[in-house]
Amino acid sequence: MENKIVEKSSPLSSGNIAVQVDDLTVAYNYKPVLWDIDLEIPEGVLMAIVGPNGAGKSTLIKAILGILKPIAGSVSIYGKPYDEQRKLVAYVPQKGSVDWDFPTTALDVVMMGTYGSLGWIKRPGQKEKKAALEALEKVGMLPFKGRQISQLSGGQQQRIFLARALVQDASIYFMDEPFQGVDATTEVAIINILKDLRKAGKTVIVVHHDLQTVPEYFDWVTFLNVKKIATGPVKDIFNDDNLTKTYGINYKVSIQE
Amino acid sequence: MRRKGKIPAFTETMDLKEYIELVFNDYTLRTITLGTAILGAVTGMLGSFAVLRKQSLLGDAISHAALPGIAIAFLITGSKDSNTLLVGALISGLIGTFWIRGIIAKTHLKSDTALGLILSLFFGFGMLLLTFIQKQPNANQAGLDKYLFGQAATLVESDVWLMAIITGLCLFVLLFFWKEFKLFLFDTDYAKTLGFNTNFIDILITSFIVLAIVLGLQTVGVVLMSAMLLAPAAAARQWTNSLSKMVVLAAVFGAFSGVLGTAISASQNNLSTGPVIVIIASVFVIFSFIFSPSRGLLFRQIRFIANRRDLELQKTLAFMYHIAETHEDISHPHTIKILNNFQGYTRKTLQKLVDKNYVTLDGTMWSLTEKGFETAANLYNQQAIKDE
Repeated sequence: MENKIVEKSSPLSSGNIAVQVDDLTVAYNYKPVLWDIDLEIPEGVLMAIVGPNGAGKSTLIKAILGILKPIAGSVSIYGKPYDEQRKLVAYVPQKGSVDWDFPTTALDVVMMGTYGSLGWIKRPGQKEKKAALEALEKVGMLPFKGRQISQLSGGQQQRIFLARALVQDASIYFMDEPFQGVDATTEVAIINILKDLRKAGKTVIVVHHDLQTVPEYFDWVTFLNVKKIATGPVKDIFNDDNLTKTYGINYKVSIQE
Repeated sequence: MRRKGKIPAFTETMDLKEYIELVFNDYTLRTITLGTAILGAVTGMLGSFAVLRKQSLLGDAISHAALPGIAIAFLITGSKDSNTLLVGALISGLIGTFWIRGIIAKTHLKSDTALGLILSLFFGFGMLLLTFIQKQPNANQAGLDKYLFGQAATLVESDVWLMAIITGLCLFVLLFFWKEFKLFLFDTDYAKTLGFNTNFIDILITSFIVLAIVLGLQTVGVVLMSAMLLAPAAAARQWTNSLSKMVVLAAVFGAFSGVLGTAISASQNNLSTGPVIVIIASVFVIFSFIFSPSRGLLFRQIRFIANRRDLELQKTLAFMYHIAETHEDISHPHTIKILNNFQGYTRKTLQKLVDKNYVTLDGTMWSLTEKGFETAANLYNQQAIKDE
């Protein structure tokens, strides 16, 4: 049944599989956080990963990116192991995962996005600085480039993280709750950037909490609760049935047609 | 090898010039001054990393973990040569450190628990060995306990050379891997996704911290060594928002603590050098926490009070504006008494408003000026926008 859904996938999708996850199982302790996840993410989708707290949403991203070592399973990016395809992938971690009192500026953080292509030892130069400034411009943070990062608001910090990923100029973007704790203006700014990315043919995978905005923001969705509940186009599978299966309670979300 | 047990005693009345001359001419004093300065610089530099990684306790754990190594090195070799003992310290310090890393990675214990555990375990074992050694009928056994609190006077030129070489090496590695260190310190997970081997970076930083601490044991001792790591870095953080400046400043603070500490201990009847250096470093910290312009308590308090005053002034002006608004002539005089009901109003704020030409006073009556009215109206509009 799932295969059928993938076949009539969104018109944006060229039919390529951007990310393929097979039998992925992750455990921190004894209890698995993710159990036997199979997932195919087509190229060019803007996908939300939804599920209750502790469902393993962040863990899924971290395991795909090799930050966590899975117990079993494999991940491929455009058909090749992730290690070989690193340059195609960018990551926006949760804002709360770093210490924002770290002594550095907004521009400096965005520059970090260029470190991957620079590799070991080589220092960023004019070209990298230019790319970082462009990314700052895109997220509307250019006036704050010299600002110490602790003096930025939560929304601005999130935009800095987004700019850092944009600098990587990747094909696939993984974002861990980019809308968490940001104001309405930033939320609109971020979603516009995500939509631009999709227009440019990029694949964007977002851990998302606000179920209300899923149909409005995303065209693809994965329901996750330790196991994968469902994955596919929002218009086909974002329904009360899947929400109930994922969240355990009788979930009613009013989906606007 | 010349080894003096004591720094020549100086009187309090000795002036600075004489002292500086002595630093250049007297072997012992010169050695100690150089040694403590280099030690302060390298620990300050590396301490910045420990502080930013929120591993402040790491230094404490490493230095305490080094103690059994010193004792075992003595038991095996029977030698009290400082280099031999420091190799022992280095080995047991490294074992302790990587044990801590293992505990944090493999169990659910928090890092401070793991650090505390290893610290006490190794230190306890080290003390046990020291007492065991002291009970031995060996005339050579005395003096190992100097590693508890350090004895700068035992430094010789070769010790200083060793410190200088390690510091140079550390500086080189720091410059070489600067970008990687920064990325690792700020966002380890992200560094991993970019393809950097974060384990390697971590081991590199940690190993240098262990090296620097072991180098300092002879001078400052097991118990106080962690202060050398933390104090200069904590002080430096107060003065800058740039990582590179922080590292340089921490090195400078550390070096100065060493030089000043040595000077004070030498001129004050041979006070124990290690503790004096640590106290000087702590003075740097206290001074920085109070007087740093952007993060210091003093200026923060001043800014806080100034902001409050500004707000009080604005609120008073807004209150007057609301009264004036009800009259056709905005400069219609009102009695000062009506302001008394308004909390936040004081004679002082009224005077300030007059000074700013927002208000004119005539006896017991006040009236808003054109300028005051406009300013207040704008304040009000801004507030209205914010409230929306």
